[in-house]
Amino acid sequence: MKQPDHLKVRKKKQRNQRLAFVSFGIISFSMVAILVVILSFILYHGFHVISWDFITKMPEDGMTKGGIYPAIIGTLYLVAGSMLFAFPIGVMSGIYINEYAKDGMLKRFIKMMTNNLAGVPSIVFGLFGMSLFVNKLKFGDSILAGSLTLGLLALPVVIRTTEEALKAIDNSFRIGSLALGATKWQTTRRVVMPMAFPNVITGLILSIGRVSGETAPILFTVAAYFLPKLPHSIFDKVMALPYHLYVIATSGTNIEASRGMAYGTALVLIMLVLIANLLANALRRYFSKKVKMN
Amino acid sequence: MRKRITKFLEKIIESLLLISGTFTSVIVLLIILFLFKEGAGLFTNTPMEKGNVVALNKANQVNELTPAQFKNIFDQKIKTWKEVGGSSDSIKLFRVDDIASFYTEDQIGSNFEHLGACINDHISKTPNIIAFFPTEYAATGFQGKLVKLKNITIGSFITDKEWFPTAQPVAQFGVLSLILGTLWVSFAAILFALPLGLATAIYLAEIADSRVRNILKPLIELLAGIPSVVYGFFGLVVIVPLIKTIFNLDVGETALAGSIILGIMALPTIITVSEDALRTTPRAMKEASLALGASKWQTIYKVSIPYSASGITAGAILGIGRAIGETMAVLMCTGNAAVIPHTLLQPVRTIPATIAAELGEAAQGGLHYKALFALGCILFIITFFINLAVEMISSKHRGGKHI
Repeated sequence: MKQPDHLKVRKKKQRNQRLAFVSFGIISFSMVAILVVILSFILYHGFHVISWDFITKMPEDGMTKGGIYPAIIGTLYLVAGSMLFAFPIGVMSGIYINEYAKDGMLKRFIKMMTNNLAGVPSIVFGLFGMSLFVNKLKFGDSILAGSLTLGLLALPVVIRTTEEALKAIDNSFRIGSLALGATKWQTTRRVVMPMAFPNVITGLILSIGRVSGETAPILFTVAAYFLPKLPHSIFDKVMALPYHLYVIATSGTNIEASRGMAYGTALVLIMLVLIANLLANALRRYFSKKVKMN
Repeated sequence: MRKRITKFLEKIIESLLLISGTFTSVIVLLIILFLFKEGAGLFTNTPMEKGNVVALNKANQVNELTPAQFKNIFDQKIKTWKEVGGSSDSIKLFRVDDIASFYTEDQIGSNFEHLGACINDHISKTPNIIAFFPTEYAATGFQGKLVKLKNITIGSFITDKEWFPTAQPVAQFGVLSLILGTLWVSFAAILFALPLGLATAIYLAEIADSRVRNILKPLIELLAGIPSVVYGFFGLVVIVPLIKTIFNLDVGETALAGSIILGIMALPTIITVSEDALRTTPRAMKEASLALGASKWQTIYKVSIPYSASGITAGAILGIGRAIGETMAVLMCTGNAAVIPHTLLQPVRTIPATIAAELGEAAQGGLHYKALFALGCILFIITFFINLAVEMISSKHRGGKHI
């Protein structure tokens, strides 16, 4: 018996849909597979390299043996320095854009410039940091120059997350506070900021993750090729994890012999970034639950 | 009284906030200022190595040469004076080292004390000569004609193909091969990242239930969090050898390796932006389509995708922008040969990789240093327009939502 036409059409429709949905699902899960492959590859090769000595010893033998202690410390200094600079300015800037600025040309311009800064390639930050901080202001290759350069790079991230955090707060809280006679700053400080705080912290952690992995901005502003000692002042050079990985992966004295070290460094770097991301996610989830319960 | 103090403090705080608000704008302007100031130096200085001169015989009609002409003459690609605007005689090259084949050691002197006189003599005797030698030998009583080397122009900077920043005697700064290399690698990356990213975005926005989505989304965001140097390292130890074996090449560091890594790095951007765009499709539109008997899949590709097309475009452009500016991964995977690529299986060199690889060696304030800043300017301009395009597309999208 012949099937009626409309049933045939419907069957075809369903078949197409199933085909599309299944293939899209497969593609989506393969995206995650890429992540899993990269992570497990580095973990597999790097896991047996990592030991207490690896984390706490100086590099030895042309960076083929020993540890990566100075690079870890260097990265921590750089992250701390850049956040010290970018976090206050970024949060204040976010507050200005969302709470104070009136809709109009100025606000549009500021938002556009912030977006622009976010799109500037990291190597251009490196060039800028080199010409302004290292050469013009004569900081030399130093933690100070590197931190400031990285801070500039992190600034748009901090501003954006602060803005998002503030935007999420219902306007009735502000109106209520103002109606009770509080000034604008009192409202911002006592009502809005405490509510936005968890999300702002999430932004901070995310930008820490971002900053700790950046290589191009520190190439010419702070990073030392090989420096088996700790810095004494903010005008010293330091080694840094991402740059160290680049060096031992591509231009070390003996690339084959330092492969193990490279895997170890990559693993430490990834762990740092992963922990930052997971922490940010966990915080976000924890606080959003808390807000809901209230 | 107290009220007035509070009011005063409010004003101070507000202006402090205003200052931090304008901070990013100031930084962008400073970046433009510093980059362009350093970069402009390339076009106002002579590309000749300091302390050297180029001289011709007095009878020669040629007065000026461009850096490219000069290089081609010494590479013997230009053989007659006619090609640079002179007579049709063939060019005779002369370098300081050649002097020994024209004069005896006695004539030159044991400590080269008569070298200048010999060079002078040789130039005045040879009508079609072009000589390159240190300035000190052209001091007094010089009878040749010093040639002015033209400055590099913006046009020649962009359209010349040869990038030999440390070449002797005249450095060549042509960035066409670098620009093309950058675009090649980036577009190839997007070509493979866009379909995959779009498919994932559709799956996340329209198909997956919220439980699956809540697992997938953070994982994909994690992909964006991996540092570029780790991607580069992964590319170097996995993808490069893989390409080498699959395509049976001598070196695996190719444009293809860079494109694959860049594609993976651009995926999270494309997915996030496209997914956000797809989510803005009004529910009523989708329901209307479903009510008319369209399947869910038909609704997706006939309603949701056309509706969010501009947002998806913005995602793709943003992805290209990320790929163009990416430094470390490309530096580690593409082989860095400054030639115009013809296939994806050749090594290429991109603008960011060039800056990262060479700035460390370039003397501060030198021409090479300035050329790298000029490259930075090109990069900045490209990404600036990409951001502008994204801004315009997405603001249009926002405006259209209320219709």
